[in-house]
Amino acid sequence: MAKVVFTPNVQRHVACPEAEAPGHTVREVLDAVFADNAPARSYVLDDQSALRKHMTIFVDGRMIRDRARLADPVGETSTIYVFQALSGG
Amino acid sequence: MTDKLLVSTRKGLFTVSRRAGRWEIAGVDFLGDNVTLTLTDPRDGRTYAALDHGHFGVKLHRSSANGWEEIPAPAYPPKPDGYEEHDLWGRPLNWSTARIWALAAGSDEVIWCGTLPGGLFRSTDRGQSWEIVRALWDHPKRKQWTGGGADLPGIHSICVDPRNPKHVSVAVSTGGIWFTGDAGASWTLRGEGMRAEYAPPEQTHDPVVQDVHCLVQCPAAPQRMWVQHHNGIFVSSDEGRTFAEVKGVEPSTFGFAVAVHPGEPDTAWFVPEIKDEKRIPREGKLVVTRTRDGGKSFEVLSEGLPQSHAYDVVYRHALALDAAGDRLAFGSTTGGLWVSEDQGDSWACVTHTLPPVYAVRFA
Repeated sequence: MAKVVFTPNVQRHVACPEAEAPGHTVREVLDAVFADNAPARSYVLDDQSALRKHMTIFVDGRMIRDRARLADPVGETSTIYVFQALSGG
Repeated sequence: MTDKLLVSTRKGLFTVSRRAGRWEIAGVDFLGDNVTLTLTDPRDGRTYAALDHGHFGVKLHRSSANGWEEIPAPAYPPKPDGYEEHDLWGRPLNWSTARIWALAAGSDEVIWCGTLPGGLFRSTDRGQSWEIVRALWDHPKRKQWTGGGADLPGIHSICVDPRNPKHVSVAVSTGGIWFTGDAGASWTLRGEGMRAEYAPPEQTHDPVVQDVHCLVQCPAAPQRMWVQHHNGIFVSSDEGRTFAEVKGVEPSTFGFAVAVHPGEPDTAWFVPEIKDEKRIPREGKLVVTRTRDGGKSFEVLSEGLPQSHAYDVVYRHALALDAAGDRLAFGSTTGGLWVSEDQGDSWACVTHTLPPVYAVRFA
């Protein structure tokens, strides 16, 4: 099970508690998390289910490369950080 | 008479109320957040507030007896597999709501929502769900829409005909005026007669290149429409099929906002700036212009407005008129808010320290 940690800045808009979920890619893990927390989905992903322009995700300290399909691999003990990108100001 | 104003700003939604003859700030919601627009539905009194959280996207909230509740924002359908769309500059165009730029309710059950990058949405359940209007989104000419002030094209004005809510006109920056007579099933491009001086001669009069800044329709005489355009003021007497340009208006015909009197189609108000590449009031004097004769003549209204070193810009949704047609209000990019109770003859400053104002609505 991978661990998912959300930026504290999103918490005042929508509850995004730390979660654990199965999956081999960022997409699979986030889909599992948002299945239990549907309101949070649109705060992280856009209408095409891509990562929002000014959001960023790190897997075990490395920024993901595939922002559209979220196909970056995730290990059994990975930690996924969902952050705001500095690009959004 | 309406005693309540909703003022959408970069840092919250302010409620401004009239008490003992004075307008004052009575409350604020979403403090610190970017509120871009509201709609108060006259059918049930509910208010819809559009927010733009930047990093976290565009959101929509609806008032209820228990306060605000978040409801789904309009969302674009998935792109077909392998399909890529680019704008006229060759940049990828993402099918995702980038701004809620228009909200309107007619006499039926529909709420209409215009967005960037150009999608029009309908809700028949008070905003619980939204459906994109495919006939307009899939129209071949939609791909000729381009960004104006924003990088993306968007629908900012929605006029639902009070006689028949299936008749709807929308305006696009930049993409002209579009009309449906069948509740959105089919669309035709209107707006012959408008002129785009920023386009090459071959395209100057092409209705689809017209940068309409704001479109309004007179409720009592819906054949009358007024346009504040990127390079002028235009008026229509045939529901937007054709327009005539109104020239020679001092201090300027450039601006963003226009309001039309609900019962007097020849009466309209504008807030002029110098021109497109110099978007400030002329000589630092903030004024409102008003015509009462369909654009043949204009009065310059300045009583109560700052007449030196005023650099206020009034955005397209930031000028409001109440349903009776007597009270006006407008807010500015520099945080000023003014109210008139005599159709603009005189103005009172409510405050000049608000965050930048995006929209003003009587509620």
